[in-house]
Amino acid sequence: MASISSGTTDRRSKVAQARVTLAKTAVFAASSIPLVWLFWQGLGLGGASLGANPVETVLHSLGTTALNLLLITLAVTPLRRLTGMNWLVRLRRMLGLFCFFYLSLHFLTYALLDLQLAWGELLVDIALRPYITVGMLAWLAMIPLAITSTQKMQRRLGRNWIKLHRLIYPIAILGVVHFFWQAKADLFEPLLYAGMLSALLAFRVYEWIGKTRRRGKPAATAASQIS
Amino acid sequence: MAKLKHDIKPSEITPEADFMNRRTLLQSALAAGLLPALASPLRAANLPLSGDLENVSKWPNSLSEAPNSFEDITTYNNFYEFGTGKGDPARNAHTLKPRPWSVEVTGEADKLGTYTLEDILAPHALEERIYRFRCVEAWSMIVPWVGFPLGDLLSRFEPNSQAKYVQFFTLNDRDQMPGLRSPVLRWPYREGLTIAEAMHPLTLATVGVYGKVLPNQNGAPLRLVVPWKYGYKSIKSIVRIHFTDRQPSTSWNMAAANEYGFYSNVNPNVDHPRWSQAMERRLGGGLFSPRINTLMFNGYTDEVADLYRGLDLVRNH
Repeated sequence: MASISSGTTDRRSKVAQARVTLAKTAVFAASSIPLVWLFWQGLGLGGASLGANPVETVLHSLGTTALNLLLITLAVTPLRRLTGMNWLVRLRRMLGLFCFFYLSLHFLTYALLDLQLAWGELLVDIALRPYITVGMLAWLAMIPLAITSTQKMQRRLGRNWIKLHRLIYPIAILGVVHFFWQAKADLFEPLLYAGMLSALLAFRVYEWIGKTRRRGKPAATAASQIS
Repeated sequence: MAKLKHDIKPSEITPEADFMNRRTLLQSALAAGLLPALASPLRAANLPLSGDLENVSKWPNSLSEAPNSFEDITTYNNFYEFGTGKGDPARNAHTLKPRPWSVEVTGEADKLGTYTLEDILAPHALEERIYRFRCVEAWSMIVPWVGFPLGDLLSRFEPNSQAKYVQFFTLNDRDQMPGLRSPVLRWPYREGLTIAEAMHPLTLATVGVYGKVLPNQNGAPLRLVVPWKYGYKSIKSIVRIHFTDRQPSTSWNMAAANEYGFYSNVNPNVDHPRWSQAMERRLGGGLFSPRINTLMFNGYTDEVADLYRGLDLVRNH
């Protein structure tokens, strides 16, 4: 936001800054809850427990949290447009990084606690189990996004930063497919996530069609940009 | 309600060929020390609604490994009639009414009809048998079941020579089972065995666990336990037994035939299309316990391999 030095805008920007700081604190606290809850259960505090299959509980909890955060991250832009609350975009990096954090813990739990670093098994899984392959790809694809998430990198990469970070769309699709492929018979939750992701992606398509129309370009010529 | 004879010799009721087969089986089982309770005078006649079971003898071939905790066994269940989450059955199964209970017997047998649970159980002596339990989802437990050989029960229905398979059905009552409202599987839940598998001395008609009456979430009042097959074959809360001459449909096979075959024998060499079956997580070991190797036929090869001689276990998974 541009600021012209004057008393009212100073006060306004201070209020705006305070609002963002408060929102960031809230996002940080809320995003930490699933991890704190896992430790709480793991330590058996207040009768809580990870249940009969603790590795599965931890694995599923971390994976679900990562997917939730991914969808919330993708919801920032539509929410901004619909409400006009542009400051929401300043929460996006933290949400994205928390998503990467949980996804990494999800992978580490799989590698360290589930497979216990049986590398042979790990390679077989990655090669032969489609849902593992897909999940693995999603995590790997997210690493460059996490690395380039700083303001410095954003400035350095310029327009390419936006292009690179469009990787989040295929990552999200891989994430939902990963969820789908391991379901046994009850597809309710995977379908729910697929529905939410479809809505979030549909918003992008809708916006992009509007933009190309305004520019007076036929939609087809710009098709390569979004994929 | 039909009435069942309580003491019939197997020779009275089975076609000779089947009877001879079974005899060989039983003899080998006796030789292997699997069936010492045959002559036991104990009776199970009165199954209490809950609490401790009386007159339960110990099966001498139980595993020596320590069983999983009662809590693990009764709070981590797949019983989709009460929800698809592992904790759902323990939370929701209180709506099941396991008494009065009856079982309908249909198909290729002479003593067809509907029998009360009391009638079903009356002549059978109860045994505690500690078996491995291996879920197709690659986790496992050690469970001290209480029951009696299913074959002893099936013989009383006098299956005829056309009875090549036995199909079992779970209760299908929406008032008692909230999970039936969602069409995750084809209801009623159904499972099946070949007659030889059903008559095998390891196949257990089960009414209890840990010396107590089966909790609802574990399939009260009567379930199967087929220890060399994946857990979903061990159908719960049985209300119908159907003898048939052709391979019966089974719920998981109907849901995904390429993933769940009719036989569903535990086999570390045949992977589920989406995950490996080579190893399993033995529950109860905590967060850091390693996976262990899955055993062929869940460790019951000596007892059951003969059932599958000449059968391609990859095709017939």
